[in-house]
Amino acid sequence: MAVGVLALQGSFNEHIAALRRLGVKGIEIRKAEQLQSVSSLIIPGGESTTMAKLAEFHNLFPALREFVKMGKPVWGTCAGLIFLADKAVGQKTGGQELIGGLDCTVHRNFFGSQIQSFETELAIPEVAAKEGGPPTFRAVFIRAPAILEVGPDVEILADVPASSVITVSSHSSTEEQLESAESEQKVIVAVKQGNMLATAFHPELTADTRWHSYFLKMVPEFGGTSSIITTTGEGSSFYERPKIDLPVFQ
Amino acid sequence: MSGSGVVTVYGNGAIAETAAKQSPFSVKVGLAQMLRGGVIMDVVTAEQARIAEEAGACAVMALERVPADIRAQGGVARMSDPQLIKEIKQAVTIPVMAKARIGHFVEAQILEALGIDYVDESEVLTLADEENHINKHNFRIPFVCGCRNLGEALRRIREGAAMIRTKGEAGTGNVIEAVRHVRSVMGDIRVLRNMDDDEVFTFAKKIQAPYDLVMQTKQLGRLPVVQFAAGGVATPADAALMMQLGCDGVFVGSGIFKSGDPARRARAIVQAVTHYSDPEVLAEVSCGLGEAMVGINLNDAKVERYANRSE
Repeated sequence: MAVGVLALQGSFNEHIAALRRLGVKGIEIRKAEQLQSVSSLIIPGGESTTMAKLAEFHNLFPALREFVKMGKPVWGTCAGLIFLADKAVGQKTGGQELIGGLDCTVHRNFFGSQIQSFETELAIPEVAAKEGGPPTFRAVFIRAPAILEVGPDVEILADVPASSVITVSSHSSTEEQLESAESEQKVIVAVKQGNMLATAFHPELTADTRWHSYFLKMVPEFGGTSSIITTTGEGSSFYERPKIDLPVFQ
Repeated sequence: MSGSGVVTVYGNGAIAETAAKQSPFSVKVGLAQMLRGGVIMDVVTAEQARIAEEAGACAVMALERVPADIRAQGGVARMSDPQLIKEIKQAVTIPVMAKARIGHFVEAQILEALGIDYVDESEVLTLADEENHINKHNFRIPFVCGCRNLGEALRRIREGAAMIRTKGEAGTGNVIEAVRHVRSVMGDIRVLRNMDDDEVFTFAKKIQAPYDLVMQTKQLGRLPVVQFAAGGVATPADAALMMQLGCDGVFVGSGIFKSGDPARRARAIVQAVTHYSDPEVLAEVSCGLGEAMVGINLNDAKVERYANRSE
């Protein structure tokens, strides 16, 4: 079975490497017609603005929306979460196009800039129950978004106490004061709605593959026919070099 | 757990003691990993930053003058005005980088306090220290540094750089040096991969790089951090060339805002980087882009080589 990874920009190599560790082939998706050859899709981390622009230039949005609407499993990490959300705040001037479908409101760059990026041990009861392993997951938040509110159909898989975030940042800026006011409660960082999975952090940057196998279990024909898959991928594989990947932080 | 990544071999030792707790190397490299497959554009005003964001840049580099103007006007090139950096930061939601002079750690401290996302310790600006680079382990903010060859790249990584760009020759619109440097780094890595373990000690001595990082590069078959190309990229074809040579992304400086139609060219270069292995898309985006920057012929002896300014 092959899983599509949207390869417009961002950490798609890391996702494909994580899938490879699970013995699953990842296919880079750059064009609308390539979507037809996969039964599930991962939207990787990256710059959501950049990815939205590229998707717009190549008219990918209708195909992506169709894909989500058909109920095929889709997983968005970080920028992918923003893509899937019905509503996003903190967008660039003029806004950006979203795929939508996930009933929630996402705040872009919720935690601040890179200097407020952090990693934490995240409690993941639901995933740990299904996949085993320790009850916590090393979650890397890079200029991460956060989910402010969710609809009734959305299952919350993980959240972080926003207070722990504030201790990370010691420098004072106007944004942080704003944030400390609204961050008394917990913020949601991982959700599931039907066949849609979304995380605000980056499981592809760590060696722990439990989120990936959790997602794979949402794909019905796991190990199904692969006759179509062999014909897909880059049309011009002549130009491809074997991609060697960055070290994974244990 | 904290910072026990493969690169931080000395992570818990004296070098990285204070910094490691708040911002482990994995978080520093993390943003660079999110920038992969993207284009980072030099901008000098908030308006240019917005054009870059609209074109799909994955980050912008705030500086006071683009390299072509630094060449033309001369004088001392320094960190840009913090006011300008603040304006650019407010204008866009994508990551904002800024340049600091080599060895000028106070400029880096100021940039860290401004809350930007990445510092470029850049040879394009006038040198502040001919002998030493910034000890980048002392900062929570990640750094990107230039290199011409594998030894230089690994020295910068040992100093704490979380991202590497090949130097090229900034502000010339001439890609020859960038190609030379990318080829040099990639070629050395290919040599290293097949090298006998017993010979690696001498190789490390020859390229003047820390042995542990040389060994790690050998095992990985690539640099242990994200590697971008920079210096002289002026057309979509140049950008795709860099990607096909094995880079993770591209910096474009003067190439965009010194050309006839910046918005269009910026957009074309972004598309070229995404579809670097698809000649049909490359042909399509390269059509009718208007005038490219005129550029400088590097055979002219009077042209200063920025790449040679630091080791």
